[in-house]
Amino acid sequence: MKITEYIKNNTLYLDGGMGTLLQKQGLKAGELPERWNISKPEVVTEIHRDYYNAGSNVVNTNTFGANSLKFSAKELGAIVKAAIDNARRASEESSGEQPRWVALDIGPTGRMLKPYGDLDFEDAVSVFAETVRLGVKYGADLIFIETMNDSYETKAALLAAKENSELPVFVSNAYGEDGKLMTGADAAAMTAMLEGMGADAIGVNCSLGPKALFGVVEQYLKCASVPVILKPNAGLPKAVNGNTVYDVLADDFAADVAEMVKKGVRAIGGCCGTTPEYISATVNKTKNIAPKPIEKKNITCVSSYTHAVTFGNSPILIGERINPTGKKRFKEALKAHDIDYILKEGIAQQEKGVHILDVNVGLPEIDETQMLKTAICELQAIIDLPLQIDTSNAVAMETALRRYNGKAMINSVNGKQESMDAVFPLAKKYGGLVVALTLDEKGIPEKAEQRLEIAERILAEAQRYGIDKKDIIFDPLALTISADSTAAKETMRAVGLIRHKLGCHTSLGVSNVSFGLPSRDIINGAFFALTLGQGLSAAIMNPYSDEMMKAYFAYRALAGLDDNCAEYIKFSETLPQTAPVSASVVSRGEVKDEYASELQRAVVKGLKEQAAVLTENMLRDVPPLRIVQEEIIPALNTVGVGFENKTVYLPQLLMSAEAAKSAFEVIKTNMSGNKASDKCAFIIATVKGDIHDIGKNIVKLLLENYGFAVTDLGRDVPPEVIAEEAVKLHAEIVGLSALMTTTVPAMEDTIKLLRKKAPWCKIIVGGAVLTQEYSDAIGADKYAKDAMEAVRYAEEINNSLK
Amino acid sequence: MDSTVYTKIYEAPPIDKKEILRYAGVRGDAPELEDILASCIAETSGRLTYKVCYRELQISVSDEVLDLGFCRTSSSGLKKNLNGCSSIILFAATVGIEIDRLIARYSAISPTKALMLQAIGAERIESLCNLFNIEISEQKKAEGYSTRPRFSAGYGDFSIEAQKEIFAALDCSRKIGLSLNQSLLMSPSKSVTAIIGISKDGRICDVAEKCEACDKRNCEYRRA
Repeated sequence: MKITEYIKNNTLYLDGGMGTLLQKQGLKAGELPERWNISKPEVVTEIHRDYYNAGSNVVNTNTFGANSLKFSAKELGAIVKAAIDNARRASEESSGEQPRWVALDIGPTGRMLKPYGDLDFEDAVSVFAETVRLGVKYGADLIFIETMNDSYETKAALLAAKENSELPVFVSNAYGEDGKLMTGADAAAMTAMLEGMGADAIGVNCSLGPKALFGVVEQYLKCASVPVILKPNAGLPKAVNGNTVYDVLADDFAADVAEMVKKGVRAIGGCCGTTPEYISATVNKTKNIAPKPIEKKNITCVSSYTHAVTFGNSPILIGERINPTGKKRFKEALKAHDIDYILKEGIAQQEKGVHILDVNVGLPEIDETQMLKTAICELQAIIDLPLQIDTSNAVAMETALRRYNGKAMINSVNGKQESMDAVFPLAKKYGGLVVALTLDEKGIPEKAEQRLEIAERILAEAQRYGIDKKDIIFDPLALTISADSTAAKETMRAVGLIRHKLGCHTSLGVSNVSFGLPSRDIINGAFFALTLGQGLSAAIMNPYSDEMMKAYFAYRALAGLDDNCAEYIKFSETLPQTAPVSASVVSRGEVKDEYASELQRAVVKGLKEQAAVLTENMLRDVPPLRIVQEEIIPALNTVGVGFENKTVYLPQLLMSAEAAKSAFEVIKTNMSGNKASDKCAFIIATVKGDIHDIGKNIVKLLLENYGFAVTDLGRDVPPEVIAEEAVKLHAEIVGLSALMTTTVPAMEDTIKLLRKKAPWCKIIVGGAVLTQEYSDAIGADKYAKDAMEAVRYAEEINNSLK
Repeated sequence: MDSTVYTKIYEAPPIDKKEILRYAGVRGDAPELEDILASCIAETSGRLTYKVCYRELQISVSDEVLDLGFCRTSSSGLKKNLNGCSSIILFAATVGIEIDRLIARYSAISPTKALMLQAIGAERIESLCNLFNIEISEQKKAEGYSTRPRFSAGYGDFSIEAQKEIFAALDCSRKIGLSLNQSLLMSPSKSVTAIIGISKDGRICDVAEKCEACDKRNCEYRRA
């Protein structure tokens, strides 16, 4: 019988701890337990056999750390083969009468994935893939991915399992006492992602004793439509008379686990500190409990690396601002590869209260696939909102879905066969909530009923791929009422039909409705409110629009979704303050004698908003370049000199630099193309192997303030990339940063390569470990102990070029 | 000897604002930084975890080589620190990945806040280590032992390469979610591994501590 069939009607018994038992048999600290499969097969086989004899249906091979990061290809092959043979022999030798399977055990790599570690996602997939292929080759019955404490690494492992085998895959994660993975995901988020990718059973192992995991397990039972796994530790280890004992004994363990079986857990076993005795006690305690049927939960949701966002009665706001359409500044940022600009757009929308971010970075002039991948990776590194991947390019879509850390919203598919053929296979493979537009080869039908028909056809086609109805959300398309006065009415009717007749959720790009009309916000807000009344679940919208936000908060209050209208009240309190810092308030502020102007004072004092407003005002009478030369630069110099004299400290220097930057931003938008400065090109990077960039960013900010054209290559940058860019831009100066002694050699390599490829350029180095002596030894032109020194040097070089 | 690696989870230690400002490069009074510091501290509230994993190991010296029970070294600095010790506590501590995310987030929108958060992270992990150290000292004192100032790989001539052995011996990834990169940086970045020497004689030893133990005299962060 297949395990996936068996588990439908039976409680599946897993095995218990391996590491603790091997230690008892003499495994030493730091010794790799996987080697014992070959050196001590009898010990490993006996432990497996004891578990089978205790009643385990599934035994995990002793391959927790068997991966190509730790072993050579040859040794890895031998280990996996021996490990599966050991488990298989144990199964054959067992006296047990229960059905038995051998699971290929896959644990974490022990390395953190980028961007917070140095292992690339695709490299992680390759590492797991190698182990999976060996498991298939040597005859494992299923794959058991376990003890993963990072959602992204879990995804890499599951993807590798799915791409390299047809075997059932069980996935179990290690949660902390806060009910979250080390990198932040809760059970709902993990369920959304893992079910979407087709895991056959999901759940929890390690970390804590059974009782402490109840909360997480209950969350799984609430969300999951597949069997739920529980494999806890025997509590926590304690030293008693020089021996290690775990504080939950076998009988208590069994009683606790039985509680969870009654609630619906379907696969049970133990982790650290548990032994065959624990499994046998658990089997005895639970064998007479009838397995609770596993129900489909029909939850429509997406997830990020921390949480799931569920579509239901409360409307979901999808921020639309990461999109170049009609935005000149955004297009410029895309062309200049200015990722920070995109990130700022994302953070600002999150602060406005959206639940999901739409991400569209398509421009004819750029490589959309590459840009979308970068944008998704960078956004999900710092923003915990689920993302809606918005592209009509199938290759870009797949690349982004692959790298996405969660269950994404996929924007979009439509009723055209070609579109469904392209999108549905991706949705099936990577999981996701698909936005389906109700249009087809014949265009957008006029009547709501016709749009419903298209929706039904899309659903039927999705089902052919095994994509659930709950994973399709329809956009019945808002058309402008300035062209057809009945357009909004039909859209609202379509929303109602799809929600109530078809039973699916809807999402709408609201603002199209007002195209061609004045004061569009008024129409948009009213249309949004009316459509929510028809059952609209989500809107792609502009969160900076007060009318839209008003409609959203008012609707929630009116629909009984806002207890005591608390959120509405909170929102209403923010309204008067949304006006920009008033210039009049600022300009009446007293100017002390020591400052030549209010703007200078604002920059020196590090007042960001004031600096922007004052610059705006000043631009009415004063030419931009004069503001730069006579106001901003002198103010920066005041602060810079203070810093050098140690009367101003680094945070204050930075606050001033930020204020100056906000003034520059105003000037930039008012300069229409003219460059504020013609200083030389400066490339800056943190060297290969090093991921620290605070210092580098500080130097960059100050250099920009002083008018240098800074190209920031980021962190962990290989020498070749830096040299290539230096040649391409004919950069006069390259700044390199390194934090650790271990990455200084990478800095030296970079300098050597630069001397060869770009002999004209001056190289300046800095960073925590660097000293003048180091700098001299690796052949840099200049060691700067702080950002101001870097600026002074750059100015010097720039002047010498004139 | 007990080979178990123990894990401890702490409540947030009290915040030392002065120390945070010192890490941020402030060397005097800076009242105008109060607001930004307070807002950054508020951002971290509830997002950090305070985890430590540790084990006790017997040590010995022969032919000038120090056997730490999980690796061997001839570091003279460490030998001096551990002179007279028969065992050590090897530990790893971390305040979790969220501080890294916050720093990255603010790097994109406000370098000042990124710097402050970086300083908060440094203070938090040091405070956590201090908390753990005090606890170990008290525990050992009650058993009639005294402890030495903590010593990390990368201090003086104790090679940072020892991080590899430390990670293997403590199973850091599984115990507290801490991993080691190829360039020997730790992820999460606000983490520490160190050795605490334990000696039988109760007398106070004259081993220099913290900045005083370091040879780099011109360091900007050196305590006065």
